Amino acid sequence: MDDVRLRPPRNRVERRAIAWWTTQSSIFALPLPIVFAVLYLFIPPARTWFGWCLAATLVPGLAYMAIMPAWRYRVHRWETTDEAVYAASGWLWQRWRVVPLARVQTVDILRGPIQQMFGLSGVTVTTASSAGAVKIKGLDQRVATDVVEHLTKYAQAAPGDAT
Amino acid sequence: MTQQTAVDRTVATEPADSWQRLNARLILVHLSVLAAPVASCAGTLLVSGGTLNLQALITLGSLAITALVITGIGLMRFLTTRYRITGEKIELRSGLLFRSHRSVRLDRIRGVDLTANPVHRLFGLTSVRIGTGDQTSASSRRLSLDGVSRAQGTELRQRLLSRRDTVRGHVADEHDATIADLDWSWIRYAPLTIWGVGGVLLGVGTVYRTLHEMRIDPLELGFVKDIEHRYGSVPLWFGILVTVLILVALGMIGSTATFTEGWYGYRLEREDPGTLRVRRGLLVTRSVTIEERRLRGVELSETMLLRWAGGARLNAVASGLGDRDENRKRRMLTPPVPRAEALRVAADVLGETESPTTVTRLRPHPRVALRRRVNRGLTVTALITAVPAVLGALLWTPLLYVAAACAVLLLPVTATLARDAYRTLGHALHGRYLVTRYGTFSHRTVALQREAIIGWSVSRSFFQRRAGLLTLGAATAAGDHCYKVRDVAVPDGLTLAEEAVPGLLAPFLERQPAPRRGHRRR
Repeated sequence: MDDVRLRPPRNRVERRAIAWWTTQSSIFALPLPIVFAVLYLFIPPARTWFGWCLAATLVPGLAYMAIMPAWRYRVHRWETTDEAVYAASGWLWQRWRVVPLARVQTVDILRGPIQQMFGLSGVTVTTASSAGAVKIKGLDQRVATDVVEHLTKYAQAAPGDAT
Repeated sequence: MTQQTAVDRTVATEPADSWQRLNARLILVHLSVLAAPVASCAGTLLVSGGTLNLQALITLGSLAITALVITGIGLMRFLTTRYRITGEKIELRSGLLFRSHRSVRLDRIRGVDLTANPVHRLFGLTSVRIGTGDQTSASSRRLSLDGVSRAQGTELRQRLLSRRDTVRGHVADEHDATIADLDWSWIRYAPLTIWGVGGVLLGVGTVYRTLHEMRIDPLELGFVKDIEHRYGSVPLWFGILVTVLILVALGMIGSTATFTEGWYGYRLEREDPGTLRVRRGLLVTRSVTIEERRLRGVELSETMLLRWAGGARLNAVASGLGDRDENRKRRMLTPPVPRAEALRVAADVLGETESPTTVTRLRPHPRVALRRRVNRGLTVTALITAVPAVLGALLWTPLLYVAAACAVLLLPVTATLARDAYRTLGHALHGRYLVTRYGTFSHRTVALQREAIIGWSVSRSFFQRRAGLLTLGAATAAGDHCYKVRDVAVPDGLTLAEEAVPGLLAPFLERQPAPRRGHRRR
């Protein structure tokens, strides 16, 4: 049998997405070490104990912040054709999704507050299957608008009730 | 019956588009809720010998208020609900403060279910739930008329479905064909559904909590003391053995009772035109209608004990059965039955000569998938063994023996499970269907119509990437919304996806003719 594999989608997401993911991960990774750092500074008798806690939470947190965004940037890609939308996402656990435009029900643009800070947008393409939604995150706002326009044009052209 | 007479009948039985109310006996149903606080009050007085302390008063008081509120809401709903069926749609008005007026086009109706709980049945009432095809908002997905008389419900169901078919241009056909009927010999499978044991524990827990809330300590009651005393006089292992046996016996009784309640009067039939109907239930009677064109496949489910006894259940993979929970309740096509019977029903409902879930033709998955399962088993064993091992090393040395015993016992068990899980894995294309099988404790074989697949989701974990495997998910609007072919070799999985839905994945595939990696394990 031929060696068949999925080729990565053609387009990368914006490079700014790395900064966005780093900011986002810091919100999860940093609060706990900060609390331990404050306790470490203000409660001298328990310093050793809080010191260990600080190290145990700060090191994995920083590692996550350093590795995850760059890794994601390498994986996250997207592509639209006249028949389908194709996107790759994840880092440790990676996922490739393909949805034919004939089955698309809605196309949404989503802009979280942090995403807005970096001028980024996410596009969500939903189908009648809750497991079939394709999410492309970290697009430039103008690109996102173009993608939505392209997708809605071809989705409307397809007949049937998309189930 | 010709189309002309079908139209005549529906017109004749229609009381000129007037608004109708729910049945007046519903008032009695709502008032009967008040029986609960009265009964529990009397019960407490009986048990405690005529005195009530503050704790009991608070519990009973809140119970009474809850019952009053529920009754009030129910009565309000009864007073404000009106419905009517006009030319092309059914309309429902309800609510006092938040008024709602909803209408559903008859040709959008996917099914009409009749459900009656024991109180409803006592007063000859039933609930009518009208499922529609609208997937967009969860709350408006279905209409329900909670409390019409049984005759009215049946008539309403008939009328809605026949009107729908007239609107759609179908011709009604009076022949009902029974696909399966309850066979009481199937009850032998009932004790094998282990939920009974959980049910017993849940029941004991609830009784204990309730008594505790009323300041009655169950551990102080006479017969409990007696049992406790006896346990003290026998060896520990004997006590544990007896307890386990009692629990298993009660669990079996519990599951048999559940089976009887759920499946009494079971009948699966094909109704006109192109609908399947499942009727079942002793205390709560249920009637689920599935349109055949919404039936996108079947799922054969074999839990471990049931499998050993040669039994299986059959579930429908259909769209429009409601959200996840509702789908789980309503998708059942058969009770636990002999495997051959389940396959026969599967073939019949799908209109095939042979069930697509027949396992002989499934293709096995690469050996690396077995290694993944063995590793998972080892991880579970290590995690469970680690608890007594760590405690033993730190606190109490004898626990180390427990850890050793754990490891010795669990290793062969997890190894067997891993092997079984690997042998269960399989996939195939069978005519119109994509067939996949997987599962450790419960084996699932799913046959999904290829045209029902509305997208692919390929996922690979870090370890799967190293092992050259992938999990192929077929997204669909029916059933669980995603059915997976787990741990298949990359070329096999992608070829399968491309053959199942030609053209969808092809633009994104790359072929390398030279087999670069000669050492690929198969």
